[in-house]
Amino acid sequence: MEVFGIWVAAFLTLCIYSFLYRDNPFYRFAEHLFVGISVGYLIVIGIHEGVIPLAWEPLSKAMNALWTEIIGETTPETRKALRGLFRILPIAIGLLFFARLSPSHTWLIRIPIAILIGFGAGVAIPNVLQANIFAQTRGTIEPFAAIGPFVDVPPEARLSTFDIFGAILMVIGVICTLTYFFFSVEHRGPINWLSKVGIAFLMIGFGAAFGNTVMGRLALMIHRVGFLINDWIGSFGALF
Amino acid sequence: MLEKFMNMDRRIIFILVALVVIIPTLIPIRLPITVSEPTQKLYDFIEELPSGSTIMMAFDYGPSSLAEPEPMAKAVMQHCFSKGVKVIGMTLYPNTPTLADKLMRKIAAENNAVYGEDYVFLGYRPGALQVILGMGTDISSVFETDYQKTPITEISMMENITNYDQIDLLLDLASGSSTETWIIYANTRYGLKIAAGVTAVIIAQMYPYLQSGQLIGLMPGYLGAAQYEKLLNAHGDGTVGLNTASFAHLLIIVLVILGNVAFFIHRRREA
Repeated sequence: MEVFGIWVAAFLTLCIYSFLYRDNPFYRFAEHLFVGISVGYLIVIGIHEGVIPLAWEPLSKAMNALWTEIIGETTPETRKALRGLFRILPIAIGLLFFARLSPSHTWLIRIPIAILIGFGAGVAIPNVLQANIFAQTRGTIEPFAAIGPFVDVPPEARLSTFDIFGAILMVIGVICTLTYFFFSVEHRGPINWLSKVGIAFLMIGFGAAFGNTVMGRLALMIHRVGFLINDWIGSFGALF
Repeated sequence: MLEKFMNMDRRIIFILVALVVIIPTLIPIRLPITVSEPTQKLYDFIEELPSGSTIMMAFDYGPSSLAEPEPMAKAVMQHCFSKGVKVIGMTLYPNTPTLADKLMRKIAAENNAVYGEDYVFLGYRPGALQVILGMGTDISSVFETDYQKTPITEISMMENITNYDQIDLLLDLASGSSTETWIIYANTRYGLKIAAGVTAVIIAQMYPYLQSGQLIGLMPGYLGAAQYEKLLNAHGDGTVGLNTASFAHLLIIVLVILGNVAFFIHRRREA
């Protein structure tokens, strides 16, 4: 069975790589199969890991517990299970997403969207500010606290000449890049020069990102070639 | 000659790339590897953890991007098991549980680690944000059972673990933006120490967090995996992948230089 799986994977890998020659039915078959299986798999996982354990099971247990309460057989377990009834509210709000299917009730979709955006913004804003603005600003300035001998720091904690150069370069990069995105002032004179330096920093950043992307894509190819050579060709011995 | 070069069929480049990937795979060549500071920091952090400590590994990558994070996961798990550091696995990606469970069991078997005592795999729960925030209060409120549907209260390793306070480090093995989510919510809100092992595509986004101390260590792609393997004196998939990748990178650099030289000569002639 494992060998069969390896052969299917090898066939689909070769189907996908056949696109490098030109578009062909094998490539399209593998592409459509991939999209279909991915969507189907995600739906099944969503039902088994989301809908059933988080909604269906607690609710059905709560309904059973409610019936037990009604007939007067109360136990600590049934009391605990009754808490599942609270899930009716989020489930009902979630179901409002399907109001989209009825043109006259489409407006109801605003309720879950408003709750999602409100929750998202409320949770995200303070944490994102802290992590991406305050901590990053501190990270940019903090190295200057370790530059001796002007600051009182132990010799072993002092920055080396190279680190000091790096810290200064980073501050220049941050200021110039932010200047490039600062449109409230016309980019003329010194502001224009600062923003041009900012562009240079941006280009270096994009270049690094592009180089890393090429590296990442090659890693995927190396993994596939390794699979074809070691696992697929290696499986020939089991068959022939 | 120049015209021919400028109008070269792109499929020739594909064949050249295929050759520089296939040949080093068939004839392995070991190139020297230098360990970078971010990988060394992660290794040192785990090395200094006392036996019985716990790290959480988030397998936040999919089947389409496992080439780079998987060797990192193998190397770090091997290190943890050899030191008696317990590992809790989980994922924020719906299509990863099977991969991660299989990988953890394989590495554990190779290192004689016992499920439930040395490691546990919690699986996947939907809603990344709610999962991260929920585990900060109570892990069992998010994962009532592990991946095999065993109640978390019945797993001996989890007896004294309630939330992030009992976890010494979170290692996010990522191919997307999950590391930023962990930093924003788990590190900022709960003070959980975070390290990352990321695919090469997102390395550039991670360095600001490393510089600010929000990440205590970072493994960048195949390079990070190979560096970690070197620190462990092991020869794994990361080392093999990096050796092969080095030849492909060399070819791409040569092609970029040739392409630029040809472009500028062509432009000068046209002018």
